[in-house]
Amino acid sequence: MSGIEERVKKIVVEQLGVEEDQVTPDASFVDDLGADSLDTVELVMALEEEFDCEIPDEEAEKISTLAQATAYVEANL
Amino acid sequence: MLTGKVAFVTGASRGIGKAIALDLAAQGAIVIGTATSESGAQSISDYLAEAGAQGAGRCLNVTDAEMIAEVLDEVAKTFGVPTILVNNAGITRDNLLMRMKDSEWDDIIQTNLNSVYRMSKACLRGMMKAKGGRIINIASVVGVMGNAGQTNYAAAKAGIIGFSKSLAREVGARNITVNTIAPGFIDTDMTRALPQEQRDALTQQIPLSRLGEPEDIAKAVTFLAGDGGAYITGQTLNVNGGMYMV
Repeated sequence: MSGIEERVKKIVVEQLGVEEDQVTPDASFVDDLGADSLDTVELVMALEEEFDCEIPDEEAEKISTLAQATAYVEANL
Repeated sequence: MLTGKVAFVTGASRGIGKAIALDLAAQGAIVIGTATSESGAQSISDYLAEAGAQGAGRCLNVTDAEMIAEVLDEVAKTFGVPTILVNNAGITRDNLLMRMKDSEWDDIIQTNLNSVYRMSKACLRGMMKAKGGRIINIASVVGVMGNAGQTNYAAAKAGIIGFSKSLAREVGARNITVNTIAPGFIDTDMTRALPQEQRDALTQQIPLSRLGEPEDIAKAVTFLAGDGGAYITGQTLNVNGGMYMV
């Protein structure tokens, strides 16, 4: 697991209040981890803070799993 | 008691905003009051200090998103993140619609309505992190019942009510409440600008037979900001001496 994935995972666990082993790379935040629409907004805000970047809305919409979040951060950092 | 809570009150140099700032401070809150000028901000710092309260005045133009971000950032560093936001700043540009200028309409929407959008948005992140917050918007009886010569003001104030109800639904699950207070006619500089005849005529329509005092509104704000407001959200509290009963 890359360092970035580790950091993203930590945020997902914190924001969604789920166990670490539930956060598999392809688990859907909404369907599998029980996130509602506000949770996903908060999650993106937390990612922006952690990685000091701005994630535009149209990109944020595409982030629905740990793998997608990690890929976005890796590509845009 | 609001001990240690940071409260942000816009338009706090005089009138209703000043009374709100002082009442929140009396409950132990750290109060940041804003004014549109440095001298206004200084007067807020002065009256808070005189009352032995914590907090300070800040110069803020509520129509300027960048300035809002800067001031909130500095306030968070100096005093802590505000978890009580009182959107009180407001102006009037009265005119009959047939004579109203675009600038009169736009000024009111910018200052009285867009500011509520900007301030609320800017403060929400901090409230979410703090796992709770109170947003209290000051509307007006005019936004509920209408008033000739105030189409712009009434539209903005009614807009605040709809905004508050919607936001209350969005953030309720995060323990953030959003409510509106609709003051009736309160004895401030704004209503002192009315001719005496009109003030007399107004008073006759108020069952409690007097204009309200700024403190009457401040007490309602403090109630909503405190424990009493814990299970109240999306509501409009009409504090108007009975002049309009909903």
